Amino acid sequence: MELFKHTASQLHEKLVAKEISAVELTKAVLGRVDAVDKDVQAYITRTSETALAQAQAVDSKIQRGEKVSVLAGIPGALKDNICTKGIKTTCASKILATFVPPYDATVAEKLAAEDAVILGKANMDEFAMGGSTENSGFFPTHNPWNLETVPGGSSGGSAAAVAAGEAIWALGSDTGGSIRQPAAYCGVVGLKPTYGRVSRYGLVAYASSLDQIGPITRDVTDSAHVMNIISGYDAKDSTSINTGVPDYTKSLVNNIKGLKIGLPKEYFVAGMDAEVERAINKAIEQLVALGAEYKEISMPHTEYALSAYYMIAPAEASSNLARYDGVSFGHRVEGNDIIDMYKKTRSEAFGAEVKRRIMLGTYALSSGYYDAYYLKALKVRTLVKQDFDKAFEQVDVLITPTAPTTAFKLGEKTNDPLAMYLQDVCTIPVNLSGVPAISIPCGFAAGMPIGMQIIGKPLGEETIIRAAYTFEQNNDYHKGFATLGEV
Amino acid sequence: MKITCKDVANVALLSRLEFSESELETFTGQMDAILEYADVLNKLNVDNVQPTAHVLPLKNVMRADEAKPSLSRELALSNAPEQEDGYFKVPKIMEG
Repeated sequence: MELFKHTASQLHEKLVAKEISAVELTKAVLGRVDAVDKDVQAYITRTSETALAQAQAVDSKIQRGEKVSVLAGIPGALKDNICTKGIKTTCASKILATFVPPYDATVAEKLAAEDAVILGKANMDEFAMGGSTENSGFFPTHNPWNLETVPGGSSGGSAAAVAAGEAIWALGSDTGGSIRQPAAYCGVVGLKPTYGRVSRYGLVAYASSLDQIGPITRDVTDSAHVMNIISGYDAKDSTSINTGVPDYTKSLVNNIKGLKIGLPKEYFVAGMDAEVERAINKAIEQLVALGAEYKEISMPHTEYALSAYYMIAPAEASSNLARYDGVSFGHRVEGNDIIDMYKKTRSEAFGAEVKRRIMLGTYALSSGYYDAYYLKALKVRTLVKQDFDKAFEQVDVLITPTAPTTAFKLGEKTNDPLAMYLQDVCTIPVNLSGVPAISIPCGFAAGMPIGMQIIGKPLGEETIIRAAYTFEQNNDYHKGFATLGEV
Repeated sequence: MKITCKDVANVALLSRLEFSESELETFTGQMDAILEYADVLNKLNVDNVQPTAHVLPLKNVMRADEAKPSLSRELALSNAPEQEDGYFKVPKIMEG
């Protein structure tokens, strides 16, 4: 099997056993990028030279007999909204097309400390606003399982890179499903940690009360390894949780005897693909056969979550994106006066979806509408969160589809923003409530991957990892590899 | 209609964005559809519900007021579209 098809933990074994070198591995994955990225278009910026230098340094350590971490020498990708010192970070926006951060995000620093190899910056929906990566200000990414379909979004470049063998692992960010939905569409594993578990320092802000960084990997084992590295308190992020980080690999246990699973009936929405529903029901049956207990539960405010989100997230975005004014960084278009410069700069360099959300958020926060839209949405958020609190009094995890359908065709939903938003219906309540969730492959419909979402209690990553690992070990959905249109 | 072209033009002004007439019409239609959808929130009585702006029970996270190493002026200015004498440069703000 080609090196680029392995997982990080498998490759780590080969590196420390000196079967392969990190340079050899990095060259193999770079070769794969050269071969397929013209079709997939997962990367905005490639950092091949520094990647080879990082790999060389790991080889030297291994030669000297030093112990190296599990991600040392393993090539991965970072979503292009994670700041990397000296490496362009564009957020897939023309407004940041030439932005070179003068500092590293905390997650980038942590990965560097473990000698992870970074191959480049992955494409995304502009400012992480979207569910298909078609809102990238540069180019769309294609799904490796069928190049005519979207990879999902907003972390579509990260998920497609991992699925296509263009990266062994990747980081994404998730504000309303942006790690889990592309992971589902691309047949890989995506974990959104508890809000505050991973530092957001250096993550370009979209909706600060919802954004969270997390791993996209080939299997649950790698997800646990990446979580071990990126999790933890950071004084530079005032919303990071100051509590110890467990060793998540201890939860890689193939046993769910006695685990209580809840199936919230409201998640099986109208318009859900029958194949998706069948795959989830089959997975539940299997988990029950493996010793889990299962009950149907009700989360009555689920139907309101989407509307609340599309008031709250744009409101926060309209404030966060006020900083793009052509003054201290980014694109500038000259104007007659300073206000004219602001307007021309922002109108020329922001894409349509970003403008739509800034406008929607500004409207929801404006005098006369604040109570009716924004404040009301915050109150509904309380009710959505209470649904989760009550559910977790009865069960350990919740299982739902990650998205109502499999990947859709490029261009299919670009003219209908609301239809695009509806793809987030199963993932958004999780962000509003701040709880962790993982999406894992659980089947195929017409050759396209289906994702299952396992939701946990606050800081309940260990439980969802154990449930996900048990399901994965009793199936082989994660072993398939995207065909990239090859027969 | 929940929102008119005039409302959208006003929001554009507040957002520091400008649109052509046809863009304004497209945006008005799309925002109207989204606000229509958001109307579902009005089905709920939330009079006695506290708002949740943030899921964590954190309030006013402070640190000691001590100077620590920070970005150099040169690095802080490194992405500036225009700079002069160590400052960000902007078009003239006041007449005269």
